[in-house]
Amino acid sequence: MTHEKTPFRRSFTPFRGLYDPCPPLLKKTYVVPPNLFIGFQPPDFPQFSAIDALKTGTLWTPFYDYYDNPYKK
Amino acid sequence: MWTYEKKLMYPVKVSTCNPTLAKYLMEQYGGADGELAAALRYLNQRYTIPDKVIGLLTDIGTEEFAHLEMIATMIYKLTKDATPEQLRKAGLAEHYVSHDSALFYNNAAGVPFTAAYIQAKGDPIADLYEDIAAEEKARATYQWIIDQSDDPDLNDGLRFLREREIVHSQRFREAVEIISEDRDQKKVF
Ligand SMILES: [Fe+2]
Repeated sequence: MTHEKTPFRRSFTPFRGLYDPCPPLLKKTYVVPPNLFIGFQPPDFPQFSAIDALKTGTLWTPFYDYYDNPYKK
Repeated sequence: MWTYEKKLMYPVKVSTCNPTLAKYLMEQYGGADGELAAALRYLNQRYTIPDKVIGLLTDIGTEEFAHLEMIATMIYKLTKDATPEQLRKAGLAEHYVSHDSALFYNNAAGVPFTAAYIQAKGDPIADLYEDIAAEEKARATYQWIIDQSDDPDLNDGLRFLREREIVHSQRFREAVEIISEDRDQKKVF
């Protein structure tokens, strides 16, 4: 429920100049949240159990997006 | 009017003594995209928005105050036992000399809250689009705070709040659809 790979991330490689002072970040990631893709919520949307809904912050599984620091090693 | 329930919307737990995190959390307390700005923005826009979505603004605006209360609890827990020296090390000496460890509506850089952070254009589409943008900015702010924090219990509460911003944005997007549709015509999409 929490840590699986999310479909709601994108990334790009920032331009690397010859004289950039810091080691390159390689990949810059950003979030494309579920609300971008769903439109008006359809009927009979899949739900979490009551307890998981209270934990995650949403009743509806398609809106759930677990977030963690993408740069953490 | 409102009724008040004397409990937090989601339990707030902080497990490490790291007052620096309190400084970061102030961005969501008195910052431009914080919970206070959100609550004031939505509750104020209610009066001039089409009837069909007034209730939505009331619900979300009210919930933002419940979020504000969670952020306040996090900041309080992180600062209540801090000595002046610990606060100084956390970058909060400026806050301390003005407020002791009282909470105040500043952002993470110490800039006080201003009504100029929010808008009420009176144009329903303009206002709802601003609300969608505000939710995405609040979501992003939670991400950046989570990136800076390694307190698992604090992050748990922040993840809950971030998820709420996703749902709020979804509802504002639906509100745009509700007020855009042509009442007189029955359409099937
Ligand atoms: Fe929100």
